[in-house]
Amino acid sequence: MKLVTAIIKPFKLDDVRESLSEIGVQGITVTEVKGFGRQKGHTELYRGAEYVVDFLPKVKLEIVVTDDLAEQVIEAISKAANTGKIGDGKIFVYGVEQAIRIRTGESGDDAL
Amino acid sequence: MDQVTELAYALDTFYFLVSGVLVMWMAAGFSMLEAGLVRAKNTAEILTKNVALFAIACIMYMVMGYNIMYPGDAASAFWPGISFFLGGDNAVEDVLASGGDIYYSGMSDFFFQVVFVATAMSIVSGAVAERMKLWSFLIFAIFMTGFIYPMQGYWKWGGGFLDANGFLDFAGSGVVHMCGAAAALAGVLLLGARKGKYGPNGEVHPIPGANMPLATLGTFILWMGWFGFNGGSELMVSNVGEANAVALVFVNTNMAAAGGVVAAAITARLLFGKTDLTMALNGALAGLVAITAEPLTPTPLLATIVGAIGGVLVVFSIITLDKLKIDDPVGAISVHGVVGMWGLIAVVLSNSDATIGAQLMGLATILIWTFVVSFIVWIVIKAVMGLRVSEEEEYEGVDLAECGLEAYPEFTGTKGSGM
Repeated sequence: MKLVTAIIKPFKLDDVRESLSEIGVQGITVTEVKGFGRQKGHTELYRGAEYVVDFLPKVKLEIVVTDDLAEQVIEAISKAANTGKIGDGKIFVYGVEQAIRIRTGESGDDAL
Repeated sequence: MDQVTELAYALDTFYFLVSGVLVMWMAAGFSMLEAGLVRAKNTAEILTKNVALFAIACIMYMVMGYNIMYPGDAASAFWPGISFFLGGDNAVEDVLASGGDIYYSGMSDFFFQVVFVATAMSIVSGAVAERMKLWSFLIFAIFMTGFIYPMQGYWKWGGGFLDANGFLDFAGSGVVHMCGAAAALAGVLLLGARKGKYGPNGEVHPIPGANMPLATLGTFILWMGWFGFNGGSELMVSNVGEANAVALVFVNTNMAAAGGVVAAAITARLLFGKTDLTMALNGALAGLVAITAEPLTPTPLLATIVGAIGGVLVVFSIITLDKLKIDDPVGAISVHGVVGMWGLIAVVLSNSDATIGAQLMGLATILIWTFVVSFIVWIVIKAVMGLRVSEEEEYEGVDLAECGLEAYPEFTGTKGSGM
């Protein structure tokens, strides 16, 4: 099993969700996060004074899938979240030791 | 004829009371405006402050404030004397015998006046937001509403020496707004800026307010309440002349606010390149404060211009105060103080009874009196119990430090686990 973590632009969430559903992903965990990469922050204005917003809002997706589906998931996210502009985000892949479905006690690939 | 007199008395009293209710609702406006312009972690405390200061103002004004401001037979033009609690109301025979001189209930006058003192105190709460100890503020409210405000109120509206010298202030650009701002300024100078607001080299770090819809709602509520504030200050509505006057006051009050919004929005756009909503909101209030000293004699066009000048002034004033490192989270000192001064001076533009000398005398008297006495009271409070929360409490938010609760709790478990 693999854990695919993707940080993407918030407005791309719906597109990514749809393309993941199409390849058969059963579940996604989504978190609103803030951070910066090469895009850095941007400046805003309040009552005449500028300030730098260092951390931009992003969405973090966590998807645990069987080993054979991982490549497809990476490809789907890369395609759907791509705008070609700076700040599109990153994808990280980790190995997962175990998964358990709480309701039934199933484990491993069956629990996904 | 007696019945007509009684009916007019009833109508003017009713008008007075309804105007007072509108002004009372301004407390809600200040609460929402301030809640919108502070950070989320300081919301519950500023709401507590607003509701508590209103209650304290009502009690202190009943106990002694009203009697200082309207002493009946004063000791002198400077010192009204001190007495306690409200007297009885007018008897029917006295009203009929007065030939129209007594035309509203005494209690309605108290009710109308008490909401004004609460307004003055509300001005202070915004300026010292996010860092002052709750109870230090509330103790100051006792002195402000029981003594400081009523004294200068007596000098003008109670028939004291400012009134005798021809100082004009229709509904309180000076008596209410500048007075509140002067007390706020004294407090802010002793309190210092919010942590992180100013850098070591004088750079300004903005601390954006948490909720712009609430700030906008608060501004609209204040705008609405102002019709009672200025309209009610005509004191009478029961004949054609007075009814027309009241209508003109309503129109001028509204026009000044409109002028203030447009002028502040344009000024902000030209200065910053963006149309800062908070400046437009401050512009509305600036227009209202500017017209409050004389909403009756200007034409609606002049009222718009007076408000617009207030709107321009308030933007520059806010920037200047920031440069001086005077940290006022909601812009109260600029809106009510700087523009209040403009309002007092603007009286001479349309009212031929006004003189610039008398206006400046009133301005200086109210400013110096309120600032100096407030400063002394703040110093004493600072020495006895301190003015400021600790640095850690400020970081965590005064909601938790002072009220023990959050305005927007996110994790509350069903079993009190805190999760």
